[in-house]
Amino acid sequence: MQAEEKFTAETWPTAPERATLEGKNKFLGFWLFLGGETVLFASLFATYLALKDKVPNAEHTLAKDLFDLPLVFAATMLLLTSSLTSVYAMHHMKNFNFKKMQLWLGVTVLLGAAFLGLEIYEFNHYVHEYHHTFTSSAFGTAFYTLVGFHGGHVAFGLLWIVTLMIRNSKRGLNLYNAPKFYVASLYWHFIDVVWVFIFTVVYLMGMVG
Amino acid sequence: MSTYAQKQGFGATIWDYLTTVDHKKIAILYLIAGGFFFIVGGLEAMFIRIQLAVPNNDFVSAGLYNEILTMHGTTMIFLAAMPLIFAFMNAVMPLQIGARDVAFPFLNSLGFWLFFFGGVFLNLSWFLGGAPDAGWTSYASLSIASEGHGVDFYALGLQISGAGTLIGGINFLVTIINMRAPGMTYMRMPLFTWSTFVVSALILFAFPPLTVGLFLLIFDRMFGGNFFDHTMGGNTIIWEHMFWIFGHPEVYILILPAFGIFSEIFATFSRKRLFGYSSMVFATVLIGFLGFMVWAHHMFTTGLGPIANSIFAVATMAIAVPTGIKIFNWMFTMWGGSIKFTTPMLWAVAFIPSFVAGGVTGVMLAVAAADYQYHDTYFVVAHFHYVIVGGVVFALFAGAHFYWPKMFGTMLNEFLGKITFWLFLIGFHLTFFIQHFLGLMGMQRRIVSFLPGQGFETGNLISTVGAFFMAVATIILLINIIMTTVKNERVGNDPWGDGRTLEWALPSPPPFYNFKQLPLVRGLDAYWLEKMEGKKGMTPAEPLGDIHMPNNSFIPFVISLGLFVAAFGAMYRAETAWGIPVLIIGLLITLGSMAMRSIKDDHGYHIHKEDLMDDDDNKGVKA
Amino acid sequence: MNWLAKGRLLSLFTLMALVLAGCGEPYVSTLRPAGEVAQSQFDLMVLSTVIMVGVILVVTVIFLIVITKFRRKNENEIPKQVEGSHKLEILWTVIPILLLLVLSVPTVAATFKLADVSPMDKVNEEGKTDALVVNVRANLYWWEFEYPNQEIITGQELVVPTDEKVYFNLIASDVKHSFWVPSAGGKMDTNTENVNKFYLEFDDQKANEAGNLFYGKCAELCGPSHAWMDFKVKAVSRAEFDQWVDDMQTAEEPQAETALAQQGEEIFNQSCIGCHAVTPQDGRPEQARNAPNLANFGERSRIAGILEHNEEELKNWLDDPETYKPGNKMTNTYGDLSDEQLDALTEYLMGLKVQE
Repeated sequence: MQAEEKFTAETWPTAPERATLEGKNKFLGFWLFLGGETVLFASLFATYLALKDKVPNAEHTLAKDLFDLPLVFAATMLLLTSSLTSVYAMHHMKNFNFKKMQLWLGVTVLLGAAFLGLEIYEFNHYVHEYHHTFTSSAFGTAFYTLVGFHGGHVAFGLLWIVTLMIRNSKRGLNLYNAPKFYVASLYWHFIDVVWVFIFTVVYLMGMVG
Repeated sequence: MSTYAQKQGFGATIWDYLTTVDHKKIAILYLIAGGFFFIVGGLEAMFIRIQLAVPNNDFVSAGLYNEILTMHGTTMIFLAAMPLIFAFMNAVMPLQIGARDVAFPFLNSLGFWLFFFGGVFLNLSWFLGGAPDAGWTSYASLSIASEGHGVDFYALGLQISGAGTLIGGINFLVTIINMRAPGMTYMRMPLFTWSTFVVSALILFAFPPLTVGLFLLIFDRMFGGNFFDHTMGGNTIIWEHMFWIFGHPEVYILILPAFGIFSEIFATFSRKRLFGYSSMVFATVLIGFLGFMVWAHHMFTTGLGPIANSIFAVATMAIAVPTGIKIFNWMFTMWGGSIKFTTPMLWAVAFIPSFVAGGVTGVMLAVAAADYQYHDTYFVVAHFHYVIVGGVVFALFAGAHFYWPKMFGTMLNEFLGKITFWLFLIGFHLTFFIQHFLGLMGMQRRIVSFLPGQGFETGNLISTVGAFFMAVATIILLINIIMTTVKNERVGNDPWGDGRTLEWALPSPPPFYNFKQLPLVRGLDAYWLEKMEGKKGMTPAEPLGDIHMPNNSFIPFVISLGLFVAAFGAMYRAETAWGIPVLIIGLLITLGSMAMRSIKDDHGYHIHKEDLMDDDDNKGVKA
Repeated sequence: MNWLAKGRLLSLFTLMALVLAGCGEPYVSTLRPAGEVAQSQFDLMVLSTVIMVGVILVVTVIFLIVITKFRRKNENEIPKQVEGSHKLEILWTVIPILLLLVLSVPTVAATFKLADVSPMDKVNEEGKTDALVVNVRANLYWWEFEYPNQEIITGQELVVPTDEKVYFNLIASDVKHSFWVPSAGGKMDTNTENVNKFYLEFDDQKANEAGNLFYGKCAELCGPSHAWMDFKVKAVSRAEFDQWVDDMQTAEEPQAETALAQQGEEIFNQSCIGCHAVTPQDGRPEQARNAPNLANFGERSRIAGILEHNEEELKNWLDDPETYKPGNKMTNTYGDLSDEQLDALTEYLMGLKVQE
């Protein structure tokens, strides 16, 4: 099958992201990339756990007094929902329904942006209320690095999906861009899974001490 | 290709290489850049040996010496050995599996340019206030305390080139999984392809910890972070773990392709299939796996406690088993064979005793309690030079001679090649054998000089003499390369006459699309099987048809250039007004060119069947 | 048969030990072990070397046969394509595993034995340990040795009794260093954030052979003068050690005796005393002790750990420490010294002694 070919809902293949060799390569390559990303985040988690609550003096706030759980829980819900909406988008991509795919991707982006907004608010809150900053302690450095890396991934993912949506808004789906949408949504799921770990390891385990 | 290339002007050739996405040309780029950095690292090594020739020497000052030793290690590992290995992987692996190119030609080019700009950035430190001086391991307390921008160059430069390596690793993995020719099952892949496969997996899982470690270092040094500042709650041991979780697999990333190259050479020049092929594959995979379990043996004296030390000691010893399997398999490949001592074969044969010597000292070092004595002495220096020079560098020399005709269509001079070999072999053992004893006699590593009266004089002098032998050998290789290039005597498909794998079924150098028709692979050593049945070439697995090819692109160069620019901005951010703007401009260049790549469709082009039919096998097409 | 094999192995061991022991100077070589720790490490070296020499011999024999017997004689010969041999492959998998098991048992045993610092935790009624403990603090290019039980501090030259275990607490105050006395045993890193503990032992007879003075080194790259961060270990009998401790504990404020020395003392009190203490009892916290204690400077064997101990070298050192130890923390902390001032200071410093 050729990448430039025009399709209808009937001729559209069942696994459009893997219908061409380029698509197959992208699919596999991206999974492998996510394997590397997993090790990257594992390293950051290990660093965070080693430096959790490691502060220079007794005045510095520790994890159990710091985190604002309701806020973080709301952010978690936003991101989990956005993962679900991106599943819807991929469902419509597989059914060759471009408009609905764009719609659900749009919802995904909005939810992701809302998550990012909450995170920025949260960081701001810690800095001003608790003087818990990037430079205030090893704990602070490790916390902002881990959560910030995730936030950076969210921001990049948003940029990526928006670029794809705008670029392809006029021309619809084909086998050239279907793998691109697919790996972008894979990336989004990955970000979501990482967040589940951050929520557990950083926030929930942080609350218990 | 050759006739086509000759018609190009010089500028057009340069532009062609700046934009190429052809794995064979990228291989040549890796070879040239890696070769250049090998010379630079070699010069640094010579300065080290001259300084240590006699006690209390003042050839270089203490501060400069630390910069030289740091840059020697960093350059040799990241900017010479790795890219040279990548050169052979790029040149040979796609041909060995019967592919027309790698899975992501664009990313292949991006990987190269990231490595290149990272390497250039790192080496510019010499001219911009001093090179890094905390050792290639850059242990945190010292690298944080190090003044000036040296260590910033280290962290940023390696970050950029490391990204390129990671991209290369993913690319090779996908290529091998998805793009093998019909009939090329996993257990028919040549050993060099197998080692490329395993090494790419190691890169994928080993480089992210380095990336994280370097980020921590960058944040601490440039952005006020506290990861390694114990007064703020930080901990420097984190760096040691991150570095070695990367660093130990890294040595296998270097040595496994060397094993791959030697496996090809032993089989070829013994005219015999590799003895115990499946156990060789198994051993390669096992070494790769165990490579991740042993990092703390670099940290026996850090104070991890006897439980950790014992576990890592025993795990380290375990690696000796698959490595031993390999050694015996190679020897039994030659056993009963018909050995021809060409230059590549000489290197391969000399590799066995040299590497065994490095391997046994490796087992000795694994004995944790005894390692308290060896650690950070010249015994360790001797050990890792025995494995890295006796293994990796020998393989690079062997590979250069072996694959030169496939890459350039002309053969290096065998006589000069043998002179290079003997000089280098003698020099190598002269330099490093005695260092085992220097270490045991109490000489610690990374010292700018030593006091007389400790019994170190003779050993160090011998070592320095040996280094000059290696230098002369390298110069002779360069002369050989120049002479060969000037003479330019063209050779055919299988210039060694004993080629076994698919690459030797192709013209030297192969046409830019590699295979006119994908070959049908009927077993291990596919080309040898056909030759033994009296056929001249491979049986095609597909009818002649259009070939889809990717377009050249300048974007990889620009993406890498953007990061190069941004790195300067990040580094001078604090003390200059232009730092932040430059950082932003650099990142914009990178992101902008990435966006351009994303927005501008690139469907590549097709070579039409008719053009292919006109094409004479030995010349390639005029595209 | 058995006794023969044993005898052979034993003689191989002895031979190996002799070959290795021929190397190096008795005060700095790991091959001339001068104590229990170094000896057990040396034994492991010999054991692993013997096993490995065995492996090398096997490889060498096969290797030589291969490269001599199977050279190509006829350009057209095609050898038989052998796939492999399960028997052989199992053989060279199992034998190495067995050899490594032989090696790993003593390795693990020794690793645990050398990490046993439990006597450091046994505290008596006075809150002190019965074992001799030394707190080692590594600093950019000098070493501090504090004896917490004896409440004395010295720098650059560690004094220890022979024939008993000496326990160490190790830490660094700036960047990571590593504490190594090759003759007495392996090294242990001095980290910046945590205290590492280990022990060494010095054999009385071996100490005599080495002139009672062992070389100590920094084994971890720590900056430009990493190579010059040497220290010395004076290993003396228990009686002599007790005498030294007593002298250190009872040492008075130093009295400058000659006029020149008094002049030197004045200079010292103006420029040096902020960092250098001249009594073995230094009550300041360790952050304030940022230069070696000089209480027994006149009795040391080296200046700054590396230079000959004489007036000439002391003047050279005081005049321009940067030449001898680049990157040290003393350079530029005091003004230029005239020749007269150097003479005076030298006279004063050389007179700093606790033992008579």
